[in-house]
Amino acid sequence: MTRKGTKVARHKAGDRAADRRKSKSARAQLELFTAAKSEPVKTHEKASPAPPPAGRPPVNQSPLTATRRATAEVLAQKQREISVSEFFVKNRHLLGFDNPQKALLTAVRECVDNSLDACSDAGILPSLRIEIVQRAENRFRISVEDNGPGIVRGQIPKIFGKLLYGSKFHTLKQQRGQQGIGVSAAGMYGQLTTGKPVTILSRTGPNAAAHHFDVTVDTKKNQPLVLRDEKADWDVKHGTRVTIELEAIYKRGRRSVDDYIEQTALANPHAEIHYAPPNQEALHYPRAVSVLPQEPKEIKPHPYGVELGMLMRLLQDTPARTVAAALKNDFSRVSDKVVAEVTKSALIKPNARPRDLTPSDVERLHAVLQNVKLMSPATNCLSPIGEESIRAGLSKRFVADYVDAVTRPPSVYRGNPFQVEIGLAYGGDIPADELIDLYRLANRVPLQYQSSACAITKAVLSVDWRAYAMSMSKGALPTGPMILMIHIASVWVPFTSESKEAIAHYPEIIRELRLALMELGRRLASHIRHRRRVADEAKKKSYIDKFIPHIGIALRQILALAEREEKRIVTTLRQTLERSRERMV
Amino acid sequence: MKEGVLSKGVGSQASVVRQITSSVSEIHKKIVGGRKPSMRFPLRSLSNVRYSPKKGHFEMVGKTKERTLTVSTVKTFAQTLRMVALSKELIETDDFATKRDAYYQTKNWDEARCDDQVESDTIMDDIESFYGLNKEQLGFRPDEHGGLVAGRLIVLDQEQGTGRSLEVDCTRFGSGAYGIPSAVEHLGFKTRAKFILAIETGGMFERLNYHRFWDGADCILVSMAGVPTRAVRRFIRRLADEKKLPVYVFVDCDPYGIGNIYRTLKVGSGNNAHLNAFFCVPQARFLGVTPQDIIDYKLPTHPLKDVDIKRAKDALKNDPFFRHHKEWTRSLEQLLKMGVRAEQQAFAKFNLNYAMNSYLPAKLAHPEKFLP
Repeated sequence: MTRKGTKVARHKAGDRAADRRKSKSARAQLELFTAAKSEPVKTHEKASPAPPPAGRPPVNQSPLTATRRATAEVLAQKQREISVSEFFVKNRHLLGFDNPQKALLTAVRECVDNSLDACSDAGILPSLRIEIVQRAENRFRISVEDNGPGIVRGQIPKIFGKLLYGSKFHTLKQQRGQQGIGVSAAGMYGQLTTGKPVTILSRTGPNAAAHHFDVTVDTKKNQPLVLRDEKADWDVKHGTRVTIELEAIYKRGRRSVDDYIEQTALANPHAEIHYAPPNQEALHYPRAVSVLPQEPKEIKPHPYGVELGMLMRLLQDTPARTVAAALKNDFSRVSDKVVAEVTKSALIKPNARPRDLTPSDVERLHAVLQNVKLMSPATNCLSPIGEESIRAGLSKRFVADYVDAVTRPPSVYRGNPFQVEIGLAYGGDIPADELIDLYRLANRVPLQYQSSACAITKAVLSVDWRAYAMSMSKGALPTGPMILMIHIASVWVPFTSESKEAIAHYPEIIRELRLALMELGRRLASHIRHRRRVADEAKKKSYIDKFIPHIGIALRQILALAEREEKRIVTTLRQTLERSRERMV
Repeated sequence: MKEGVLSKGVGSQASVVRQITSSVSEIHKKIVGGRKPSMRFPLRSLSNVRYSPKKGHFEMVGKTKERTLTVSTVKTFAQTLRMVALSKELIETDDFATKRDAYYQTKNWDEARCDDQVESDTIMDDIESFYGLNKEQLGFRPDEHGGLVAGRLIVLDQEQGTGRSLEVDCTRFGSGAYGIPSAVEHLGFKTRAKFILAIETGGMFERLNYHRFWDGADCILVSMAGVPTRAVRRFIRRLADEKKLPVYVFVDCDPYGIGNIYRTLKVGSGNNAHLNAFFCVPQARFLGVTPQDIIDYKLPTHPLKDVDIKRAKDALKNDPFFRHHKEWTRSLEQLLKMGVRAEQQAFAKFNLNYAMNSYLPAKLAHPEKFLP
């Protein structure tokens, strides 16, 4: 069962079964959280205020002399374990809940990403129903329903009521979620702001019963609290519906939920989406293609992309008995020859036990691995949207004169395969005198914030669009009736921060982006020029109709001609001009 | 072209109408014959003029452009023919239209109407050069006036309507002055003045008139108010020719005063070079303010603006008149090197009447030193 969430490093008695299902290497993951609590000095269950220190010296009058203010024992009274959930409460901005408007978007996004990933894993053409209901001025209830595989009953509380629980964190595979704390964080945000539990309705198949759960998170212990667990009547064959009530603000326009759904529909033309925004008419985004995208494959890490800490953990956790076997089995593109070369230059015995390597051994090994000649990682693990599907999606969404798309061949940055694809819609109803709209997508997920920090934006700005018959002022996006939809698919998208809002500026990625943009630009320019020629021709033709009669009038006035003669002049002259135009064309 | 063409006699009106009818018949014949008509115009730019030192004005080199009726030119062609029709109507009804009037007339032409007056003025200029006639002969009149006269001159005119002769004494306008009409061919002159002083600004003209400078200096003052109109140029030319008077020009020392005002007065414009023989004053000489005056009189200055510099460089490079006269080339280069300009009113720094009492008398004592 794969639902979004993240694995926890901690072992608790009740989690043994779940932990066995997790991938092994997950254990050492997520420094962000574990670092804060893995080595608590001392745990105090009660957060009572520290008692006034007994032998505390008087406060020093002089700022120049340092004075002991507290002893280690006094300080220790304040030191206690921080639960992941508490950490989240204080740091909700890290997960995209910094303000009520963004909270709504993040909550919807977590649910939708989950649904789409679940459908993709199960090989089901997704059909989503998204609903946002306004309950009070700043209170909304969101619900996202999918036709995915459903979730088995026993997993439901943990997936929705426990942070850092799930299946995706350490898989190297192109999928929407890769590190977020996921839907449980959204549920917890709702719980904190409204006191309401997350409601889950799920069914795994026509022969299984549907289950209805109400779950909250015990924020101190990071454990699910099940408020309701009963069988329910639900007339879908399989699927999941998640309902969260939360404090939020709904706004339309850029960076809105509406915008997110719109872009999600574009990036997932195989999905059908029904969307009911608050107090407005429901929208329907029909499926643009009825073929599931190729399933992304999971791959082993490539040595070029591995970090030192990760290499250390891999060697600690590997079931292999020798360093040579560990390198060969846990990495891609490492052959016997490479193993021999690497161990020799790192001064390590190939048959040493992986756990016996000292930190300095690993450091040497890491350095050598970065410089050895290796084959690029396999790129068949990626699942691009595809030129056809992008074009189909854009044509469905926009009334445009011209739609084009480019999917670049896969490429590699720091050992991670990635692939760039760009769709372009031009003309038609798209507003002509504004800056173009730029849709940024990473693994089919829209990126709506931090546009200026993103490699995608940088690449678009670095192209001189004036060469492609567009207008562009310095430092700004081009102006014109155009929409660019740029997708980067990768097993590991290099975001600039945990909030997954902007892509880091790797030269390899920028280069691929530019190549795709320039290819599209060249084709667009020839389209625009052709259109201008046609428009020019039409204008000239209308000139004939407009102005020849005036020549007739003038000649008649000056030469005092009869009306019949005026008509003859107009007819003959029109024929003459049209004849000569045809010769030109 | 004969001088007689400029008179407003009935015969010449008939000849203009004949000229129009025959040219348009030509176009008519071509159209009906299934061919594309065309009109040939002299090129209206400085590249089509040559400075003739002997004649003293710009004359056309003879470059022409041909406008054939095609899809791209059909609008201009239609507009030109409609403007010709208007001209013919004006002549036949013995009426006139100012340039502004004509612009509003085009508003009757539906899609062929002009969107601004520049458009209709250009069409009018085209027609002038096409027929080698001037606006007034075609029934059009300029909007601009300008040109005031004061001093020892009696203008012989006719009373409007009755045709009785009138004598207009330019010494008797008090604090005002005589305004030059847009048509000057019928005027006669009586004078014993020694010279004509043409002045750029109304301010300087008024000062000299207020103190009756013309009385002591025995001259005729003309205010040009910027680039002189054709009527002003023609007025000065006829007066100077008939009474054999020298013409001295007193303008600001900047590329506009020298390159546009003085040069246009003396040798005509590049735009309608076919008319320059009449609308220019070859006997004009440049009294000042010269770049050397700025130094000699330590005049207060302003820095040359970018447009001034461009204008001066353009004159040195492209204007046949300045290129012909070494003195002018040197003076313009001197001005560019100094990088400053000075107005004729800058003498007010010393005292308000310094220009009148000191500068002009000193200059007028040596007309042989004036720039050509």
